[in-house]
Amino acid sequence: MQATRDFSHYVKAAGAGLSHIDLAVEGVSCAGCMSKIERGLSAIPDVTLARVNLTDRRVALEWKEGALDPARFIDRLAELGYKAYPFETAGAEAAEAEQSRFLLRCLGVAAFATMNVMMLSVPVWSGNVSDMIPEQRDFFHWLSALIALPAAAYAGQPFFRSAFRALRTGNVNMDVPISIGVILALAMSVAETLNHAEHTYFDAAIMLLTFLLVGRYLDQSMRRRTRAVAGNLAALKAETATRFVGTDEISVVPVAAIDPGDIVLLRPGERCAVDGKVIEGRSEIDQSLITGETLYVTAEQGTAVYAGSLNISGTLRVRVSAASEGTLLAEITRLLDNALQARSRYVRLADRASRLYAPVVHATALLTMLGWVLIGATWHDAIVTGVAVLIITCPCALGLAIPTVQTVASGAMFRAGVLLNSGDSIERLAEVDWVIFDKTGTLTLPDLEVVNAAGIPVDVFALAGQLALASHHPVAAAVAQAAGAKSPLVGAVEEPGQGVRGAIGENELRLGRPSFCGAERLANERADLDPEASIVAFSMGEAKYLFSVRQGLRPDAAATISALGKRNIRVEILSGDREPAVEAAARALGISEWRAGVTPADKIARIEDLKRQGHKVMMVGDGLNDAPSLAAAHVSMSPISAAHLSQATADLVFLGKPLAPVVAAIDFSRKALRLMRQNLWLAVGYNLLAVPIAISGVVTPLIAAAAMSGSSVLVMLNALRARRVANGRS
Amino acid sequence: MEVMIILVPLALGLGLIGLLGFLWSLKSGQYDDLDGAAWRAIADDEPAKEIPSE
Repeated sequence: MQATRDFSHYVKAAGAGLSHIDLAVEGVSCAGCMSKIERGLSAIPDVTLARVNLTDRRVALEWKEGALDPARFIDRLAELGYKAYPFETAGAEAAEAEQSRFLLRCLGVAAFATMNVMMLSVPVWSGNVSDMIPEQRDFFHWLSALIALPAAAYAGQPFFRSAFRALRTGNVNMDVPISIGVILALAMSVAETLNHAEHTYFDAAIMLLTFLLVGRYLDQSMRRRTRAVAGNLAALKAETATRFVGTDEISVVPVAAIDPGDIVLLRPGERCAVDGKVIEGRSEIDQSLITGETLYVTAEQGTAVYAGSLNISGTLRVRVSAASEGTLLAEITRLLDNALQARSRYVRLADRASRLYAPVVHATALLTMLGWVLIGATWHDAIVTGVAVLIITCPCALGLAIPTVQTVASGAMFRAGVLLNSGDSIERLAEVDWVIFDKTGTLTLPDLEVVNAAGIPVDVFALAGQLALASHHPVAAAVAQAAGAKSPLVGAVEEPGQGVRGAIGENELRLGRPSFCGAERLANERADLDPEASIVAFSMGEAKYLFSVRQGLRPDAAATISALGKRNIRVEILSGDREPAVEAAARALGISEWRAGVTPADKIARIEDLKRQGHKVMMVGDGLNDAPSLAAAHVSMSPISAAHLSQATADLVFLGKPLAPVVAAIDFSRKALRLMRQNLWLAVGYNLLAVPIAISGVVTPLIAAAAMSGSSVLVMLNALRARRVANGRS
Repeated sequence: MEVMIILVPLALGLGLIGLLGFLWSLKSGQYDDLDGAAWRAIADDEPAKEIPSE
């Protein structure tokens, strides 16, 4: 049964007899890589386009339809030293990219209008104190209106839409005062122009939109970058399944091309990429990624298997089921829905600020107007002063205060190996005082590791590694990897379910079950070996050795736990695994609070319990069984190796082997929250200075423009401080 | 002040050309890869020597 690679799922027709494919490429980081890849791919005959996108780390390729097999590009990139895999833009990412372009278009229009209106305003301001004749001033006002009105109608869309949506559902968000301020300022300016008045506020209104669009665009591009990176990582996992295309003919296809009802082959050592039911075969499977339980489960005809399960010993045929089948998944989905509903009740800092802000500002403007009427001003003057208050208090700095900090902080977190799924997670993360870790795959690494490598002679270990390369068994793969073995031992034979044997000189070598290697007695005597680990025996003639293989703790787990303790954060383990395994991990890390054998519902109950006690809980987990508790927690984090559902539910995703990004993320978010609050206070302070001037009725458009841009720039500069956190600070 | 009849349309026209230029560059995807564009400007046209991969 020879498998072929089939990437036709990803190939799109580009018109004019051309085919198009997008590849995610790992390790493209510089101009050198870019030209190397482009030249290397263009050199293939019939390739018409090879263009690297360095920002998104992707390559776009076009070639004459039918002339080439896409697998060839991936091989060519592998020769050049890059790992690549076809990429399909997910719906969410395409929407983010489109939104980002729209905001940039709005920003372009608003910036153009601001510059031109300013060009007209400056002569009016200076003309008011020198000798500009009223006709000229009116002419300039009319020109300003001509530019500002259509520009505001276009560039204000993001705010008007959002404000309308909020008002329709009976809420107030930051966009409501913005929209009211802009619309009133423009309307008053048109009225003043008709009355040949001295002051109009076209410049202030359109400049406000420009500054706010900068904030919106930064916020959006942060989310877009996260999506792009997450999309690449998902693609580079290169999840494939071996699908039967005939009774005995198989083809390796990307998971995206698998439909329910297909039959896939699952060989030993492979991770299942789909949900389904076993229809033929018998094997042990490792479901630790799904349930957290590290003990192997026996799978036979009728057993349900889930994406992420690792097949250990036998070959299985699996019929792919629709996603929602199966009791475990259905239960998890139900819990997840409930938890997500609870989550959506969180009110973001910006919205909380605007709930306080909008009524105060609108009341102040109204009172100003009425006050002026009471002390004898004309209605016209009173309204103009009231609108001036609205303009000067328009939350320009307020609208920038939070997105700028979020953007800078998320960039810093990105460099520390943390991706943000949602912008407001920074605020929630900063409040955390209790962290719950899942054990399997979170505190431990998802891959198996030889834990007693130090106690085995180096040459023996190397030989065992070579022998292990001949086997598909995941435990053997761990031995081979730990030994750094490159070439398999010549003539090694695998005996299914037992082990591998080979020979070197006169000695017979065996690696596998202790019984297979005649090392049963040794295995029983060695009490020092971890009872939770898988034992692999290795015999070389008469000499016998034992390897203890298990999921090792992340290298810096203990340091991370103590760093959390220094920040006054309590740590707890909730695991679905058995008690001895959890206890051992807890003791190794110095964690006093742990619970073992916990079900998804128990985890949620524990989180709810802590919430009731007033704690802000962060859940760090990776398994499918963790998904509901990830959603239930105040904020949640997953390693990149996590099950799809967990990763989608988590607020943050961290990359790589170390656990340190958890601490880094908390540090950055605490600093960011501090800066957001500072920025809000800066904005309030600016208002305290400017509002009395506005109420007293002496605000001119010049003062409004200067105050608005001054406070915006101040807030942006302050946000840049989110790039760094002091090391070792609590 | 008759000069304004020329200067004002000229100023607005120039601004409008700038805006159209920006919208065109956005539409033709010039902001899709800002990191790459920075490097392409200084890349050699001749085939460069093979750079050893890391």
